Amino acid sequence: MLILLGVAVIVVGFAIRLNPLLVVVAAALTSGWFAGLSPLQVIAAFGKAFNENRFVSAAYLVLPLVGVLERAGLREQAGRIIGRLRGVSAGRLLISYMVFRQLTTAAGLQPIAGHAQTIRPIVAPMAEAAAEARDGPPAPATRYAIRAMASATDNVAVFFSEDIFVAMGSVLLMVGFLTSARIVLDPIHLSVWAIPSALAAFAIHATRLVLFDRRLARPAPAAAPEAVQP
Amino acid sequence: MIKLGAVYLLAGLMFAGFAAFSGLDRANPKRWGNTAFWTLVAVSFLAGDRLGDLGNGVLVLGLALLAGLGFLGRSRPATTSPDERMAMAERFGNRLFVPALVLPLAVALGVLALKPVQLGGVPLMDPKQATLISLALAVVAALTTALALLRQPPAAPIQEGRRLADTIGWAALLPQYLAALGAVFALAGVGNQIGHLVTAYLPVDTRFAAVSVYCVGMAAFTMLMGNAFAAFPVLTGGVAIPILVGHFGGNPAVIASIGMLSGFCGTLMTPLAANFNLVPSALLELPDRYAVIKAQVPTALLMLIVNTVLMYVLAFR
Repeated sequence: MLILLGVAVIVVGFAIRLNPLLVVVAAALTSGWFAGLSPLQVIAAFGKAFNENRFVSAAYLVLPLVGVLERAGLREQAGRIIGRLRGVSAGRLLISYMVFRQLTTAAGLQPIAGHAQTIRPIVAPMAEAAAEARDGPPAPATRYAIRAMASATDNVAVFFSEDIFVAMGSVLLMVGFLTSARIVLDPIHLSVWAIPSALAAFAIHATRLVLFDRRLARPAPAAAPEAVQP
Repeated sequence: MIKLGAVYLLAGLMFAGFAAFSGLDRANPKRWGNTAFWTLVAVSFLAGDRLGDLGNGVLVLGLALLAGLGFLGRSRPATTSPDERMAMAERFGNRLFVPALVLPLAVALGVLALKPVQLGGVPLMDPKQATLISLALAVVAALTTALALLRQPPAAPIQEGRRLADTIGWAALLPQYLAALGAVFALAGVGNQIGHLVTAYLPVDTRFAAVSVYCVGMAAFTMLMGNAFAAFPVLTGGVAIPILVGHFGGNPAVIASIGMLSGFCGTLMTPLAANFNLVPSALLELPDRYAVIKAQVPTALLMLIVNTVLMYVLAFR
């Protein structure tokens, strides 16, 4: 039971916003200690796993490319294009992006877009420009809300369509685990049953984006008192 | 054959470049902290396999202490001003999108076309790592295009990359830390312990209760472990196979597939899925670290209800 204190360390550490890297190390030491491992053993196990998981951070190879394109004005150009279009809004733009992201991900092309290479330099500036074109320059809090919604849309689109692709890691993990439990399945059967949730995710999130547009269109409450000034 | 080692070499050189330019950056009062941090990351990528387990562990502790004790500063490398950027946007126009499109097209080409290529019976790239290798090749192709087409200075990739890396800061390494924590938790038996608690104390005596326990359990367990892949074997082995498939006769394909998607609802709501939820907040320079999670919670909760109902309706026909 006491090994679960490691999970408690994580929950409390993240809740009171201590530095997460230290919280993670403390959680590993806590669970390891109650599982009968010495601190040195835990640190060695942690170091081994850290080294084996370097592929997680190798994806930052896109940063120099994104930075160079930003330096040359990519975000400004993304905003300019949207500013010229009529009838576009932040929500509608994100709905279009979601369609694109769900279809390409279901076809196995999940790595062609992402938070660093697509959301920050292109999609978020486009969504902000769309809101500006329709409702005037957004307040900082509104800008942050639009950016957060852009990243959320990417995650929702990817999570609920990646399993439609049969060679996705999570599908293969399910096949492997079920085989070990003597349930033999073709991956395509798992993929097919991911489709209803993908459609539901689109319906739910697109509805939220339509409502998000309506909220953006309403004048900010802080601006209201100015209206009654003579 | 191109292996993951080549990608690590490239990443290691990039981080070494961040470290070198950090050291030269007199405008950043904490430049030595940044230099030390990115040097350790570079060492991990370039020499991690030769450090030994304890050596890597000490490196990990060093990185956590540098970040946790506030030795990292946000650098502001010289870059173009907003006005200069607007002028370049007007001059280059839609040519700016060319490198941005080369990246996804080259990734798609690598994943779809180059992965099956064999040279003298040996695959061109390690098939298990084709995605990451394709991404690395695509970055090189897109960056070359960008430098040539947009005439940017040769130091720009490292300086601009460093600007973004320092924007993310220590959060950049959090996903890798959490992956390593998952391994330590597995060693300590944390997952099995939670699995025992779920199966021993929660009601699974009616079909609907069992479906709900499995779906909500997948989401909750994923939130605690940060990863649906860690939750899946424990709850599928503990609840889904013996009770939903064995006792109630459900269709295992529907149950496993929707069970995993219920876990993904949890992924949307946990800071432990840092690469999806916390790194984007840092990248988008949001003042609230948890802003992306807050934007996702309503969709995630509704999808959890939908998944539970879908499983109940579709698995027992």
